[in-house]
Amino acid sequence: MLISLFIACYNDSLFPETGKAVVTVLERLGHTIEFRQAQTCCGQMHYNTGYYPEAVGIMRHFLDTFKDAEVICVPSASCVAMMRDHYPKMAAGDPVLEAAVAEVLPRVYEFTELLIDKLGVTDVGATYPHTVTLHTPCHSIRALHIGDRPQRLLEAVKGIKLIPLANADQCCGFGGTFAIKNAEVSAAMLNEKMQAIAETGATICTAGDNSCLMHIGGGLSRNNAGVRCVHIAEILASQGTS
Amino acid sequence: MSIHVGEAAEAPDFKKAAHVLLGNKQVRANVRRATETIRNKRANVVGEMPDWEDLRNSAAAIKQNVLRNLDTYLEQFEAACTKAGGKVHWARDADEANRISIGIIQGHQQTEIIKVKTMTSDETRLNVALEAAGITPWETDLADLIIQLGHDKPSHIVVPALHKNKTEIRELFMRTMGLTELGSKPEDLAAAARQYLRERFLRVKVGFSGANFAVAETGSVCVVESEGNGRMCVTLPDVMITMLGIEKIIPSFDDLEVFLQLLPRSATGERMNPYNSIWTGVTPGDGPKEFHVILLDNGRTKVLADGESRETLHCIRCAACLNTCPVYRQTGGHAYGSIYSGPIGAILTPQLQGMEHSQSLPYASSLCGACYEVCPVKINIPEILIHLRRRIVENGDAPQTERIGMNMAAFTFADSKRLGVAQKLVQLGNKPMEAIALPGWSAARDMPVVPKETFREWWAGGRK
Ligand code: SF4
Repeated sequence: MLISLFIACYNDSLFPETGKAVVTVLERLGHTIEFRQAQTCCGQMHYNTGYYPEAVGIMRHFLDTFKDAEVICVPSASCVAMMRDHYPKMAAGDPVLEAAVAEVLPRVYEFTELLIDKLGVTDVGATYPHTVTLHTPCHSIRALHIGDRPQRLLEAVKGIKLIPLANADQCCGFGGTFAIKNAEVSAAMLNEKMQAIAETGATICTAGDNSCLMHIGGGLSRNNAGVRCVHIAEILASQGTS
Repeated sequence: MSIHVGEAAEAPDFKKAAHVLLGNKQVRANVRRATETIRNKRANVVGEMPDWEDLRNSAAAIKQNVLRNLDTYLEQFEAACTKAGGKVHWARDADEANRISIGIIQGHQQTEIIKVKTMTSDETRLNVALEAAGITPWETDLADLIIQLGHDKPSHIVVPALHKNKTEIRELFMRTMGLTELGSKPEDLAAAARQYLRERFLRVKVGFSGANFAVAETGSVCVVESEGNGRMCVTLPDVMITMLGIEKIIPSFDDLEVFLQLLPRSATGERMNPYNSIWTGVTPGDGPKEFHVILLDNGRTKVLADGESRETLHCIRCAACLNTCPVYRQTGGHAYGSIYSGPIGAILTPQLQGMEHSQSLPYASSLCGACYEVCPVKINIPEILIHLRRRIVENGDAPQTERIGMNMAAFTFADSKRLGVAQKLVQLGNKPMEAIALPGWSAARDMPVVPKETFREWWAGGRK
């Protein structure tokens, strides 16, 4: 299958290893990956902060870039939530745009959705001999209804020791510009999340969204907590010790 | 017309208020414990309902219909209530509602009233107006009494004194009721309050309540509660005044079937409220001899006019969204500067008052969506928060740094070549995007190390 990767702007700039891991996993499963250089962003930051026309512009660019893609893989739950929850409404009233959204949206898959729903695999042949706990980003559970997909994928990894995270569905406090506009409240929310992570004794915290992980990881690093944040794609790509 | 929501217009912005509250360990511990208890109870009793989603959908549909035909239902209510012997008053704003109330009380030469379950009167600052007119209001709901005795502010929609624990309440009661001895169990505290209130129930001639629902078809009014004080308030006095927001109307008595299942389970985690009082006009020889209803607008028709956020008026004030909100959990209700706190407060207060006030509230959320998930009338709170943020931006009220940053980012995202240039600048240490984020971010978090190569460079360079 030819799979087009929409990496998400912040992964592209700050977390390229996540993109490489997605490529590794999908190629290992026998698929061909393409990366359209014209891609930029899904428009989420603008939309959520109230910059509506700007967000529509960015959506147009996304639709243009991916209009003839067969399958689009996005290793970021919040970007997919942005597209599914808001693109239809943003396009409403403009028949051309409405048609473009209707055409592209069904072909967009969050990374773990793609593996389980479209490709029908749970064991991707990974080995990861570490103690891991899973945070479930708000958008993945409440907007995408991702359920236990990430859990099932991780359970199939060899050598992994999965420890459940208490209140895994409680927001980590990132929330995009919220983390800056209400930095103190955001940090208080983060503290609770870090406390829960510490209680698991895991050395790795994973999730399907690097935006939460950047926030959690930033706090863990500041506290020298001895826990690293790793995107789920990087665990699924791993075949050894790293 | 002057619309105000309690003292929200003078309140400090959310960030400043939150800063103070985050330093109050006692309040935070109280809030956390109380919300967790209610949240778990709610989850249990909701979990046992196989048709919970159907009920939510029905409730949302009923409310949608009400808001679309509000004028008709309000007039229908007025006619039915009047026919049953009640008197209906219309109040455009808070001051008018207060004036009407004072007029009725003074018309009976009374100088005190007993009150129950009336957040709407907190919205209009009725107690302040009453005291200025020489009338003493006695709050009879236990939590409201605690707030009144402590000259405090409510911090929760259903449990206004949720920020206080038993020990603090015991001290307050001993001090303000002049008690030398008082046990520390909840029953002891309730007994002290009962003693304190009972004489007032028997003495005072005017009762004042809010309403959870008002039935258009029959002209009936409904109040649900746990303590029975409300039942006393609405049955013992000679004169009864009920103030409610115009959105509290439901079309028919049968609709109560839906809401009386949703509300107690969502609000207190009970299958049914211990007291459900429903009354219609006046009945000779039974209950108050005179019954007044004040229908309050105070900005509600303005909310109604905005199709994108109208469903804010679906709210039945169950506070499930507060109890589940991870932001409320950290700060408690006082940070929201309004009697309406938590997620619903963040959307309701700014809309009622006008967007020039309470501009920080639509940003007091991480948009995690937990509120929408539990809301029994399906208000998409995150979507409305975003809509209000959009209105702030469109009014030109967003901070300049944010506008510049967002414009730059939009320009960058319009073309991948520009994005490539921006990424290079970040790599070279110019960090334009980080510079905007840095101050708040870096207080508690490290920035990720910027990689030497972006993904697109790696791909374009042959994946080496
Ligand atoms: S918004 Fe919904 S959950 Fe919140 S108080 Fe109102 S009805 Fe309850």
